[in-house]
This record gives sequence, structure tokens and C-alpha cells, in this order.
Amino acid sequence: MEPLDQELDAAELELPTEPMLLNVGPAHPAMHGTVRIVMELSGEIIERCDVQVGYLHRGFEKMCERGTWTQVFPYVDRCNYVSPMLNNVGFALAGEKMLGITVPERCQWYRMILGEMARISDHLTCDGAMAMELGAFTPFLWMIKCREMVWEVMEEETGARMTHSFGRIGGMAAPPTDGFKDHVRAVVKHIMQVLDEVERLLLGNRIFLDRLENVGVISAEDAISLGWTGPCLRAAGVPYDVRKAHPYLKYGEVEFDVPVGSTSDSFDRFMVRIAEMRQSARIIEQCLERMPNKGPVNVDDPRIILPPKEEVYSTIEGTIQHFKIVMEGLKLPAGEVYSYTEAGNGELGFYLVSDGSGTPFRVRIRPPCFLVTAGLERVITGQMMADVVPSFGSLNMIGGECDR
Amino acid sequence: MGELKGTTTSILEPGQQSGFATTKFEALLAWAQKYSLFMNPFVTACCGMEFMAVSSPRYDFSRFGSEAPRFSPRQSDLLWVVGTIVQRQAPILKRIYEQMAEPKWVLAFGTCASTGGFYDNYACVAGIDKIIPCDVYVPGCPPRPEAVLDGLMLLQDKIQRGDRTPGIVKPRIDPVQQPDTALVQLRRSRSSRPPV
Amino acid sequence: MSKALIELVKKNFPSAVLETHSQLGDDTVVLAPGSWKQVAAFLLDNPQSDMNMLTDLTAVDFPDRDPRFEVVAHLYSLNRGHRLRIKARIGDRDGETVELDSLSELWGSANWLERECFDMFGVKFLGHPDLRRILLYPEFEGHPLRKDYPAEKIQPLLEYRDLPNINKVAPFGPDEGMSFGRQTHKLGIYSDDEEQGSRNKIITPADN
Repeated sequence: MEPLDQELDAAELELPTEPMLLNVGPAHPAMHGTVRIVMELSGEIIERCDVQVGYLHRGFEKMCERGTWTQVFPYVDRCNYVSPMLNNVGFALAGEKMLGITVPERCQWYRMILGEMARISDHLTCDGAMAMELGAFTPFLWMIKCREMVWEVMEEETGARMTHSFGRIGGMAAPPTDGFKDHVRAVVKHIMQVLDEVERLLLGNRIFLDRLENVGVISAEDAISLGWTGPCLRAAGVPYDVRKAHPYLKYGEVEFDVPVGSTSDSFDRFMVRIAEMRQSARIIEQCLERMPNKGPVNVDDPRIILPPKEEVYSTIEGTIQHFKIVMEGLKLPAGEVYSYTEAGNGELGFYLVSDGSGTPFRVRIRPPCFLVTAGLERVITGQMMADVVPSFGSLNMIGGECDR
Repeated sequence: MGELKGTTTSILEPGQQSGFATTKFEALLAWAQKYSLFMNPFVTACCGMEFMAVSSPRYDFSRFGSEAPRFSPRQSDLLWVVGTIVQRQAPILKRIYEQMAEPKWVLAFGTCASTGGFYDNYACVAGIDKIIPCDVYVPGCPPRPEAVLDGLMLLQDKIQRGDRTPGIVKPRIDPVQQPDTALVQLRRSRSSRPPV
Repeated sequence: MSKALIELVKKNFPSAVLETHSQLGDDTVVLAPGSWKQVAAFLLDNPQSDMNMLTDLTAVDFPDRDPRFEVVAHLYSLNRGHRLRIKARIGDRDGETVELDSLSELWGSANWLERECFDMFGVKFLGHPDLRRILLYPEFEGHPLRKDYPAEKIQPLLEYRDLPNINKVAPFGPDEGMSFGRQTHKLGIYSDDEEQGSRNKIITPADN
């Protein structure tokens, strides 16, 4: 019997296909609830896509223009809700840059320790969620358990598990507690053990590696042009870290390395985060050694810092001081400033415009996530549909920061 | 546990080999429903982090029969609205709610979902009850996991009683009655802290 | 630190630079809107400046000034480690024609940043490939970060539910709502008078 297709040429053997439109999100579990991707698929390959954000636009910048400078802190907390302390410190530093003051040494170390703890919690969440989205549930549980320990430290220090509102322009809301150093040491030690276990669990797993390696590749030039910063840029081999390039607080005095990736794929981004947690632990260790146990935490300036409660209730000066700061707000001098720190996802910038009154004229946050998410389109175009989840997960999009 | 007692009446009758229980059908159905809440987490914002904490080992709401997340609304009974709902997201939330099959319950997780919180502006919906009916409100920004578990237990209690009146989770300890043990104890080592 | 950057721009574009300052160490150049893109391209290509990253682009609304809006961009050079803020003052009092050249051909990040700026302030970027709203929905009217947009003005996509007392659906009194662990305290502010009782009335399905 002769074959049926003998008169057909090769082109006719192919099935005619039409591009298919597929909508993922915003209520898709892997899209973190706030991103929608409209994809045009040819088979399983993404030909074109449109990333739509804004499903968590809460009007952060408008809300900031309604209160005092101190009242911005709670909103800043909720921008990056995985590492709120870094945002707190970033905003406080912006305000301090505008006032031209430097906080006491003890406060700087304190801020660094809390900030690095927040960075660890951020990376734990990102890597854990990424593993969970690929089906590895155990590392997620372990890492969330670790994050719980970080939050316990935070709760003991600040009173809140995740939205601390603990930073103040000119200091912190409270000095460190007595058992702070021991507690942090114990927690960090445990987290490093869990990290080793997680690595052993994941890095020997063929499925996990296959789904991440050479997936979501972006060139360093593209990443720079797109304004990527933080772990995503470092995974592309660009060693840009604000803590190293423009040291703030005491980062110039501690030793740490900036881990960089080589292939700029999702796996590199995963590993850069793991490595950064180890570096954070290194920084914390040095900070704990060098942080003085005694000494002031807040700057000694009654125009900036609220007086202690005993003074407010017992002296007239204290009452007036308190009243002026609370009712009129802290007055930043007229002008503008751009201050930048390294947050969990990259360069977190604050562009503040003040008109000299107690109310912010404009608070602009430069969200690292927003620009990283802007690159998602370039990362996933030309890839398989199934690779969207690891690629997106490795970018660590935080809705509150991306959409504000 | 307050009023959780005495809602199911079951009497074990002595039989030849094995006993059998009698109860009212509604009570049995409600009992089954309240311990097998398939949930659809509609996670948008900050509270999602706390939601992860509630679902993870330390707090673990699987203990309450609310283990299985179903990301298809058609298979779920309980809609967790976790986080701020903005105007742009409102139609999506409503559609997901409408896709769920009866009987269905809604739990507003956090202040933003309950009332809009301090996002009183052009972008946000001031509480999901403007759009969909809501059964339990868990205030807090974000609520502590204990409060969430209270909310879940409150919902189970309401399911058992067939009560669809909205309920709010309140602090278990009343600061008015016990000023020594309430809100002032936020920091454990507060007493030993040096004055600022 | 790098006043040299300001000098560099001044030297090459003497007519485009309207104003410079280095307040708090942030070097700033205010440019004429017409040469916005030209100067930006120069800063990107010139090896002395080498601004290969556009870190931020936003706008500020000054309702009292005549060019009402100030578009602010922050440039950064990864290789040289210096920053420069460039600004352009545009727009009339009404905010009707607010236009500026787009930088999206020069930096990839300008694409979304300009879309956001358009969304929030209504600045039209000429030559932008895809100038849509990004954070808000297409049905939204107006630009919320302008100072004349009231912060509370909502534009809902959905009709709110048709219930009496919609602004107060849940029972928010001290003794209502939670039925277990309920507190039986009596606070002075919540007395048992008739008025209070009706204000905190529970809305049940039977009421509707």
C-alpha cells in the first residue's frame, strides 16, 4: 500500500495554526494577585505579550501629600511589605539627607542589623515562593518558618510582625532591647543552617534545575537599559550594589562580597539571593560586634525628635515640643533631594520635594520592582508558556512596590 | 470557646455490633461544611505575607479543616479576600465571587479588605462589602495569625448556626478590663528597656 | 562631587541650560523642553558622562507656577558612578497641553516610567510607542497626582451594592459581631439609649 501523503510537499504537512490569545492573571496564583499578562501564543511559544500592572495601585504618593513627613512611614512600610524595615530606613535617610543630619553611631548599626534581617526575610520569601511555585513545597515551609523567626526578632524590637513603622527621621522609635544581640545571633545561626539544608534539597533536584537553568535569560545591556537593579541585575553579571558603590550608614566599614551571576537566568537570580542572605549574615555578625551597648539612638535635636514621654507629661517645654512636632509636623527645609539605598529588590530611591511646611509637597518612591517588572515582557517573549512562572517568580515582583 | 458548645446534638445508641448516632440533618450538614472549607485565596497585598504565615507550619490553619486551596472559584466554598481591593480589581473580585457555587462564604482579611483602611483615596474600594457580601471581618494591618484563626473559628461557628450576620473578630483580651495584660505588652522586654 | 557634569552640559548646550544647582549634593540641570531629548542622548553617548541608566523619571505639579509641571529624570552611570538630575519645565496653567519628547528610544526603562508619568500627571510624551495608562484603568478620567485632583474622588468601575446604609454594612458596635469570646463590658461612650441602638443596627438579609 502506498503512503497517503505521497503527493503532498513538506509545507502542506504542517497544521495551519492561528495565534492564540491567553490571559493569565490577575487572580492567577502564580501572578501574586496583581499582574496580568496577555500572551499571544503560537503553540506553546510566546510570540508577543503585554504585561499589565496596576491592580494594586493604592495611591501611595497622593496619600503622602496629606499628612506630615512622619506620617509617611506607615505608607512606606506597605510599599514593600516583605522587607518593610529597609523602606523605613530608606525614607528616614532621605529625610535626614534633606535636614543635613547624621544619626548617632549606635543607631546606624542598629538600622543596618534590622535592615539586613529584613533583607534575609525578603529573600527567604522570594526563594521559598519560587520553589513552591515549581512544586517544591518543603523548602517553602522551611523558609517561611525561618522568616517567622526573623519576624519574631522584629516583633520584639518594634512591636509589629511585619508593618513596623519603626523608623523616624533622626533616629528610631525605640532603642534596641536588652536581649537583642543574643536573639539575632541565634536566629541568624539557625537560618544559615536551614539555608544549607534547602540548598541540599533543591540543588540536587533535576526537575528544579531544569526548570530554572537557561530560563528567563536577559542580557546585561538590556538589564541596564531597563533600569534593573538589585539581585536581578547582579545575576546578569553587573556588580552594582548601592551598599558597595555608594556606601551609606556604616556599609563602608564592614566586609562583605557582592555575589554576581554569570548566565543571567532564573537559576542565577535564585542563587544570587541565597548568596546574599549569607552575606547579610556576615554583615549582621560584624554589626553585632561593633554596635555599642550604650549610647544615644536618636539625634539630640528637639526640633526633630519627640521628647521622652516623662518630659511631655511633666514639663511645659516638653509639652510644647511634642505639640509642635505632632500638630505642625516635622519641618524639612524647602528643596528637593534624591536619596537611594539598597532595598531587597534593588535601588530604592526617594525623591522628596519640600516647600518648607510640615506637609510633603511630593514624595516619589523609585520602586525597583516596577522597572524589573517592566522587563518581564522582554524576558518571557520567545519562551515556552510554562517558563513564565519561574521567570516571573525569580524577578520577585512585590505588588505594593510595583504599583504603589 | 464561648458559644461553640452544644450546637450539635448526637446521641450514641447502643447497638449489637456498632453504635449509631442520631442528629439533625442540618446540623450534620453544617458540621461537614464547617470542617471542609475549600478556600480560594484572593491574595493581593501585604496581608498575603501574613496569609503565608497562617498557612505555614507555625500557625497552620489546616488544623481547622481549611487546608486545601482551590484556585478555581468553582470548587471553593470560602473566599479569602486578602489585601487591598482597588477599583481596578473590583470587577475581578466580583466575578470570582459570582463564579463560586452556593453555599459560599467570604472572609475579609485585614483592615483594607474590611474597610479600606488608611487608603482613603481615589484608587481603593473602601471595604469589599461595597461589592460583595461578607461574612467575617478580621481587622488588623495585617491581622496577627491568632486573629485570623479566631476569624476562621468564628466563621465555622456561624456556619454551624446557620447565621449569615456579618461578624467581626475582636481582641480576646479586653484592654478595658485587663489593662495589665493588654496592649501595653507589645514588647517582651519592655520593662527592662532603658528610658529613651 | 561631579560639578564637571554640569559644566559638560553647559559647554555643549549653552542655550539649552536654563538653571543649575547642586543642592545637597544632587547635581541638577534644568533644560529647555525643546532640547530635552537631544541633551539626554548626548549624556547617554558621551564617554565623559556615560549615563547608561535612567533610574527614575517622574513629574512634580506646581499649580502656582507658569510652566506648571516639572519633569524630573535621574540619570546614573554604572561605569563612572555619578548621577545627574535633569529637569524640564513644561505645561500651561490649565494643564491641557503638556508635552515633552519621549526618551524611550534611549533607555528601555523610559517606556514604563513615561507611561506612569502620563497616567499620573497627564504629561504627553511625543514619540512614545505605547502611551497608555499603566496603573489606572482606561475608564479613569483625569490625572490623580495633579494637585487639583481631589484625593477622595473615586471613579468606580462597578456599581456599589444597592443596600440601605451601604457605608456601614457590618455591625461595628462594641457588643455586636463576634459571637464567641464576646466582651460584655459596658463602656461609658456606648450607652443603651435608643439612638445608639439604631445606629449600630445589624443588617440581616431579612431587612433588605
